[in-house]
Amino acid sequence: MVNYFQLAFRNLKRRGIRSYLTLLGIFIGIAAVVSLITLGAGLKSAVMSQFGISSTEVISVQAGGLNSYGPPGSGAINPLTIEDVEAIDKLGIVEKAIRRNVPSGKLEFNNLVGFGFATNILDGDDRRFIYKQIDAPPIAGRLLKDGDTNKVVLGYNFYVDKAGFGKPIKIGDSVLIQDKKFEVIGITEQKGSFIFDNIVYMNEKPLNDLMGYGDKVDIIAVKIKDKDLMDKAKEDIEKLMRKRRNVKQGEEDFEVSTPDAALATVNDVLGAVQAFIIIIASISILVGAIGIINTMTTSVLERRREIGIMKAIGAKNKHIFFQFLVESGLLGLVGGLAGALVGMFIGYLGTVGINSFLGASAQPQINIILLLLTLAGSFIIGAIAGITPAMQAAKQNPVDALQS
Amino acid sequence: MKKNKDLIRLENISKIYDLGETKVKAVDGLSFDVSPGEFVAVMGPSGSGKSTSMNLIGSLDVPTKGKIFLDGQNISYLHESDLAQIRGQKIGFIFQNFNLIPNLTAKENVMLPMMFQGIDEFEREDKAEELLKLVELSDRMDHYPNQLSGGQMQRVAIARALANDPDVVLADEPTGNLDTQTGENVMKFLLKLNKQGKTIILVTHDSDLALEYASEIYWLKDGKLEKVTRKKAGKWVKLKK
Repeated sequence: MVNYFQLAFRNLKRRGIRSYLTLLGIFIGIAAVVSLITLGAGLKSAVMSQFGISSTEVISVQAGGLNSYGPPGSGAINPLTIEDVEAIDKLGIVEKAIRRNVPSGKLEFNNLVGFGFATNILDGDDRRFIYKQIDAPPIAGRLLKDGDTNKVVLGYNFYVDKAGFGKPIKIGDSVLIQDKKFEVIGITEQKGSFIFDNIVYMNEKPLNDLMGYGDKVDIIAVKIKDKDLMDKAKEDIEKLMRKRRNVKQGEEDFEVSTPDAALATVNDVLGAVQAFIIIIASISILVGAIGIINTMTTSVLERRREIGIMKAIGAKNKHIFFQFLVESGLLGLVGGLAGALVGMFIGYLGTVGINSFLGASAQPQINIILLLLTLAGSFIIGAIAGITPAMQAAKQNPVDALQS
Repeated sequence: MKKNKDLIRLENISKIYDLGETKVKAVDGLSFDVSPGEFVAVMGPSGSGKSTSMNLIGSLDVPTKGKIFLDGQNISYLHESDLAQIRGQKIGFIFQNFNLIPNLTAKENVMLPMMFQGIDEFEREDKAEELLKLVELSDRMDHYPNQLSGGQMQRVAIARALANDPDVVLADEPTGNLDTQTGENVMKFLLKLNKQGKTIILVTHDSDLALEYASEIYWLKDGKLEKVTRKKAGKWVKLKK
């Protein structure tokens, strides 16, 4: 058995550049699939961060019917109110419901004006809940505390001069928000999300005083007592909100999103990306398989004499068939192996790239079993492509083959 | 002289090649037999049917008419896989142009026929080394054919032909691509094998070679057996066939 592989390997080596060119299709296909698998977690974290999903335990409630662009929940026709927050908070299944506001406004620094979003940080226990939900510890300075009035914490992009103010904003700098002066006391770490990396964190009272949103609420963040009751909690909240907003089932002007729903959306996006790559990979592998058929057919024609010699010294048809089958399988396997190695490298680089660009900490995923299956698959694809040429080789008449 | 039990017997063999409108009779009504331990030459000019005869004796091809017996077994109309089995076990081929597999070393070339007989790798390796020693190529075992001279390549081919300890060695113009001295050395090897009991069938157009080394010569002409001569007490006598 080993000798068939040795022989096959020698023959592939002998054909040099032609073997490598034949491998290309399988190589590209497998590299695409393996890089996709290796990138898996990185890709997911990239998409999740762009969706602003940072916690998997919180239900969010938003008013529907947006009439302007902005962060989730802002600019609704019939906004949520503080009474809604209190009503949800009183549900038995709910541990805590808090208001979240994300008003837009003007920020001035270095004689430049920009428009962006701010978000409110509540006092006491609610503050801890929000910080946990946002999950953005400071990389400079500190986060806001109860009683901070003329102070703000900024997202990462302000700190690295990506917010459009001509220079980085540092701890201790003053910025004008809606023409009022605030001191920058902290910068949060990179989240990889456009919203969170460009946001201004401000305590509830000064922000409300400044923006005047009063009782209006953009998002209600709801923590559930038991994570397993997420769906039940969603139903209860929907029922309550339908009653409060006087709408029938199916005509809701609000949206209650569970983390599962958000994750499902992420998975949909990932699924589409993966489907696209898999289609490209499949086409590439198909082209590779056709290449193997072509190369092996040529090889049978070129090696007729060798086939004749082997038959003269006792090779049966099945030996010749097996020899050529192993050879074409090996073409697939070598292509697959090279593709898997390059794919893992691309996946690794991609993950490092995503991590550094988005500030995520995803790990490259190397699934050994899947990798072995990929290699076995490439061998099988090669072998299947080699069946017809191998049959041609086996059927050669020894006298004719020796005379060629 | 009374012969031993025949190792090879051809009974009224014909081989006709169908080339569409024309049919070519390469061998026509050929009969002869070879006993174990003989050194036989099949002689004839180009087109006399000696290569076709060799293919038939070597079970590389089957006759259109007639019967071929190898060691008592009728191999005339066997399936290709059965013929391959017979070739592998009972016949060793030596070709004019050596026919070594270029991307295998001398030792691997000698091991190859044993692989097709399912012999395990260690045994194959030992036997190959032993045979290469026999043909005085111990120092060239790991050389590839393109690193060997013509004579060395033909000696590797002899070692390969002996790999499965066949009943008969079929040598088709074994000196055809070699200079005189090297050709002589190769023939001496074949003679040595014959003296050790191996049956040798030499197919050649070179009458000097046949007369010098063979003990019996089958002279072919136009696909037919013209005459048979046998060496008796150092002299060639024509036998009635």
